[in-house]
Amino acid sequence: MTTAISLQKVSRHFGAISAVDAIDLDIGRGEFFAMLGPSGSGKTTCLRLIAGFEQPTSGHIELFGETAEGVPPYRRNVNTVFQDYALFPHLNVADNVAYGLMVRGVPRPERRKRAEEALEMVKLPGYGERRPGQLSGGQRQRVALARALVNRPKALLLDEPLGALDLKLREQMQEELKTLQRTLGITFVFVTHDQGEALSMADRVAVFNDGRIMQVGTAEDIYERPASRFVADFVGSSNILPPEFVAHHGGPRQWASLRPEAIRIGRPKRGGAGEATVVSTSYQGAVSRVTLDAAGLRLIVTVPAGRPVPAIGEKVVVAFDRQHVHLMDGEA
Amino acid sequence: MSVAATTLSRSGGPAILEGRGGLFGALSDLFWRRPGLLLLLLLAPPLAWLGIVYLGSLAALLAHSFFSIDAFSGLIVYEPTLRTYGELLLPANIDIIVRTVAMAAIVTLASAAIAFPIAYYAARYARGKWKALFYLGVMLPLWSSYLVKVYAWKLILAKEGILNWLFAKLHMTWLLEAWLSLPVVGGNSLSFSYTGTFIVFVYAWLPFMILPIQAALERVPVSLTEASADLGARPRQTFRHVIFPLALPGIVAGSIFTFSLTLGDYIIPQIVGTSRLFIGQAVYAHQGTAGNIPLAAAFSVVPIVVMGFYLWGARRMGAFNAL
Repeated sequence: MTTAISLQKVSRHFGAISAVDAIDLDIGRGEFFAMLGPSGSGKTTCLRLIAGFEQPTSGHIELFGETAEGVPPYRRNVNTVFQDYALFPHLNVADNVAYGLMVRGVPRPERRKRAEEALEMVKLPGYGERRPGQLSGGQRQRVALARALVNRPKALLLDEPLGALDLKLREQMQEELKTLQRTLGITFVFVTHDQGEALSMADRVAVFNDGRIMQVGTAEDIYERPASRFVADFVGSSNILPPEFVAHHGGPRQWASLRPEAIRIGRPKRGGAGEATVVSTSYQGAVSRVTLDAAGLRLIVTVPAGRPVPAIGEKVVVAFDRQHVHLMDGEA
Repeated sequence: MSVAATTLSRSGGPAILEGRGGLFGALSDLFWRRPGLLLLLLLAPPLAWLGIVYLGSLAALLAHSFFSIDAFSGLIVYEPTLRTYGELLLPANIDIIVRTVAMAAIVTLASAAIAFPIAYYAARYARGKWKALFYLGVMLPLWSSYLVKVYAWKLILAKEGILNWLFAKLHMTWLLEAWLSLPVVGGNSLSFSYTGTFIVFVYAWLPFMILPIQAALERVPVSLTEASADLGARPRQTFRHVIFPLALPGIVAGSIFTFSLTLGDYIIPQIVGTSRLFIGQAVYAHQGTAGNIPLAAAFSVVPIVVMGFYLWGARRMGAFNAL
């Protein structure tokens, strides 16, 4: 993997707050990389450091092997799709898309041609004469994408680009972004707080918390083998097991995670007591989610459609295979 | 949980609550059912004011400009004629109009140039205490009497004033004198020159230019300038292609103030400047001592026509496209 973007011990402080705290990160060429984390975790600041809107307090940033700190955004060959799209309200769609070409002095006929090509690529051919105000949220998003890609950047940075779209449109755009990234082969760096989005779209994911990276890995790594309680908690619906519980079930005294689908539930044997009480159930189509209370520990279990779902208040026994219990480091 | 469940559970009262009763209760219900009535009640007094007092007097003014004055008796002849407008086109009067319009244009340009950086700072960088200080600084001159401020400026600009003193201390008197020896803009001292008039005009109208520009810039999201830089625009290009076009409605709004205020003012050129008249002074002189109301009215029509052309031109140039 040749490195496209490299952050070495990068920090960004705002007064006493460290938004980004000594981060090391390498993003490969042609990679679809996601930065995932709750709001205020430093993921957007990290993206802005790459774009050049923020300068690092300390540390070193390299873009395609060249030093980037101290270089203004207009001299970086990366483009950004903003969370609010940031389309210029006084320009029509074609002029918005051609803006990057215009400021670089590309002649008007070529500008027109390339802008129309970019609009075709995002499935908005013939929309050039409209104003941004006349477009829907999804269309504005596509224009912002076309405006960034028309410059043929070396990397595309996307700051929560799908946050403002409704579910159906979001799923459709996720698919299109992936296809686009595959056909163009450009490095995509994608900031999101939606773990589903990060895991389903990205080749690799970095999970942020409190200005630090908690874990970097493939979607499978992150989901199946979370490195810490925070990652397990944030990324998913994984159950987090305290050391006592793990020890009680024959493991070491260590925090561990256990995915809901790895837990089986059943009726207690005649005369035997149940280990857990059903607190709530919710039907979700392919599965039903059952929340259990096992002596104060909250456990989420999924029951595939077609299998019996216990009623609220019912006592059940739980079982799981030891190999599905994933141990995590430290206390965190 | 259970306590909350009991206090927050179903209430025992009726589904439709009883009216509040009384006059105000009845009025509230009436206005809710007939929102148009409330609107009418709210708008009628200001519209009556605007229609009768304001537009009415404007119409009377316009009407007077089409009458003329009898040269012998000095009485107004109430017969529609264009003679007064013919009088307006005499070289001496044309001089007054050109002088005033030119001054208004230069004052407007200078105000915009000075106001923009201040407004930009206030909109982009000033936060909290500094923003309060900005508003205070901009509004403070408006709190004191306009007449006192103009006289204060006369003292500053006078030959014995502090500006002369400052130039002398800096050994720059030669510069001031070179400027004052120039034709048109020069004069005996700053307080008796067009330069002085210009300085005081710009000072007096600056708040009216700063505030609209600041309001326009306030509405430009930071992400737009970032997007511009991100797409490769250098700061100068971002200013030209993004910030300026989006601030233009504010600049035009501010320039309407500075332009029309300069066109109509008769106090500043009276106190600071040469003895040559501006439109406002001409109106004052004609309706007062000369008793020539028709000519005064005709002079008053000039700023209205000039502003009309100005707004039409601004619209054609796309100044309001970003609204």
